[in-house]
Amino acid sequence: MIQNLFDGILVGSILSLGAIGLTMVMHMLRFANFSHAELLSLGAYVTFVFDKLLESMVPALSQTIGGLSLTFSLIFAIILSMGVTGVSAIIIDWLVFRRIRDSAGPLSMVFASFGVALIVRNLISLIFGLKPKLYSEEITFAVRVSLDPLILIKLDQVFVLCMALVIMLIFHFVLSRTTFGYALKAVSENPTLSQINGVRLALMIRLIWLIGGGLAAVAGVFYGLNNQVSFLMGKDLVLSLFAAVIVGGIGSIYGAVVGGFLVGLASNMALLILPSGYKPAVPFLIILIILSIRPTGLFGEKK
Amino acid sequence: MIGIVSYLVFFLTMGFVLSIAVLGLNLQWGYTGLFNGGVAAFFGAGAYGVILFGGSNKAGQLIGFGLPYPFAVAGAVLLAGLLAWIVGLITTHLRHDYLAIATFGVAIAVENFARNAEPITGGAKGLRGFERPFETVINDPFWFNLAYLIFVFVVLIIVYNILENIGQSPFGRLLRAIREDEVAAQSLGKSPARVRLQAFIFGSMIMGLSGALYATFYAFISPQDIVPILTFQIWSMLIVGGSGNNKGAVFGTLIVWAGWVGSGWVLTQFAPVEMQLYIGTIQFIMIGLIIVLTLLIRPKGLLPEKLIISRSVARVKPE
Repeated sequence: MIQNLFDGILVGSILSLGAIGLTMVMHMLRFANFSHAELLSLGAYVTFVFDKLLESMVPALSQTIGGLSLTFSLIFAIILSMGVTGVSAIIIDWLVFRRIRDSAGPLSMVFASFGVALIVRNLISLIFGLKPKLYSEEITFAVRVSLDPLILIKLDQVFVLCMALVIMLIFHFVLSRTTFGYALKAVSENPTLSQINGVRLALMIRLIWLIGGGLAAVAGVFYGLNNQVSFLMGKDLVLSLFAAVIVGGIGSIYGAVVGGFLVGLASNMALLILPSGYKPAVPFLIILIILSIRPTGLFGEKK
Repeated sequence: MIGIVSYLVFFLTMGFVLSIAVLGLNLQWGYTGLFNGGVAAFFGAGAYGVILFGGSNKAGQLIGFGLPYPFAVAGAVLLAGLLAWIVGLITTHLRHDYLAIATFGVAIAVENFARNAEPITGGAKGLRGFERPFETVINDPFWFNLAYLIFVFVVLIIVYNILENIGQSPFGRLLRAIREDEVAAQSLGKSPARVRLQAFIFGSMIMGLSGALYATFYAFISPQDIVPILTFQIWSMLIVGGSGNNKGAVFGTLIVWAGWVGSGWVLTQFAPVEMQLYIGTIQFIMIGLIIVLTLLIRPKGLLPEKLIISRSVARVKPE
């Protein structure tokens, strides 16, 4: 029970990071982006490459930090990967979504996002192979927090949770204290009016992809640390991310954070009553329940 | 020689079965603008339905009604319709991409259910051993498959004609009116949410029919047959052919199906040994590219939608 609670919060923090970008795109560009989850696996694999590169170039970086299995090179790799994944998101938008946005309706973009997801996911598996990868071959042992009930927690997991919370806190300050934060709010409330006031819409869209992609990359790495790095990551997470966005209400960044935690908790708590094979279907049930009782989500605006 | 002919029979049978599903999708997306991201779910409901309703009760199997074939197919189609009704009731009146998300979810849930609910669906092993109608009468695999091809072709013609008639009927024009401008349709006293739900259920039932014919052909169904890629294959078939055009839907199905089968053959024949594991991966990228490139280069497809004017108006049109 408490183990499920902890696992739920951990997975929840990862979903929250991923859902922030998705909710921004769904609100601003008005389409359900089925390829967003692929940014998580892209970020995880790019980090993997940078990590191995840095380790071989600067062997001193391959030292682990404290009792974690994390190395310094992995930390730098994550930061590099955030940038690369964010820029990749901008490039995908420029190659595909922007062109369709100009000529067809939002549902065509939903449609295209399925195609983009298929291409990105399978290109990754073509390049890196079908076998999952691990950031560290070392076996880390879980700390037994209590024996009855049995609770096992890895130090890595505590680190992941703390980092996720810190990143969300930083993002909160960016939103509430900077000009960029105000501009984002203005654009999401009224794109036309905000342009009159000197907000550059095209630039804001690029920034949204950059931030969404960067946060997705971190989420992907954290998911990879907690499980393993697999090209199926996006496929496994896409529905949970949508559930998080819908629970929070489309367009609400804080809603996406709360939604992520709720979906993570619900999915893990559901295991108490459901056989584990049914876990992938839980986000779908959450979506159906939310849409039938409160389609706007917790913090969504009425339309 | 007989090998080539029986392969051709297989190719066309599957092509026609898939065409029926694509026609169902055309009613939803082409006519009405409804995004169904879970074609595999409704196809799967029909496929599992026909074996559950028509198959005999075996050891360890909870359900197996052993109904006569027409009733089994009807049950399968109704099962797909019921599933569509549940999803549609909740989502067709909401923001349009909610339907995409919910249907994508229902496909995952159905596949998940098929994998896990072993007493009903046979789990990962699937359901096997279904006695196909007239199988014992014809008693020769080649002639049976040929007869089945003709049967599927006749069903395809019937479905095609029904959809063509719907397209030209007042109801078909209403569907397109809702697709083009929901508010305008509403101002004329129509209820978009209800009409969208009707089109969604009917289209999903056609997909269920396609699934039933698929499972009948193999006398076998497993979760492997209803994985998400099926949805994307069917989507690519519709968009290549031309959404909104039934002829295009069938045409696109045969082209993409030929491309799928052909690329599979070429890759297994000529790809190096270490690439053999990745044939599926390459084909998935191909489907993704077809979708994206068609949307970018030729969004209306090979046979674009034709403007349909009411037949009664056309009759009185001045020279």
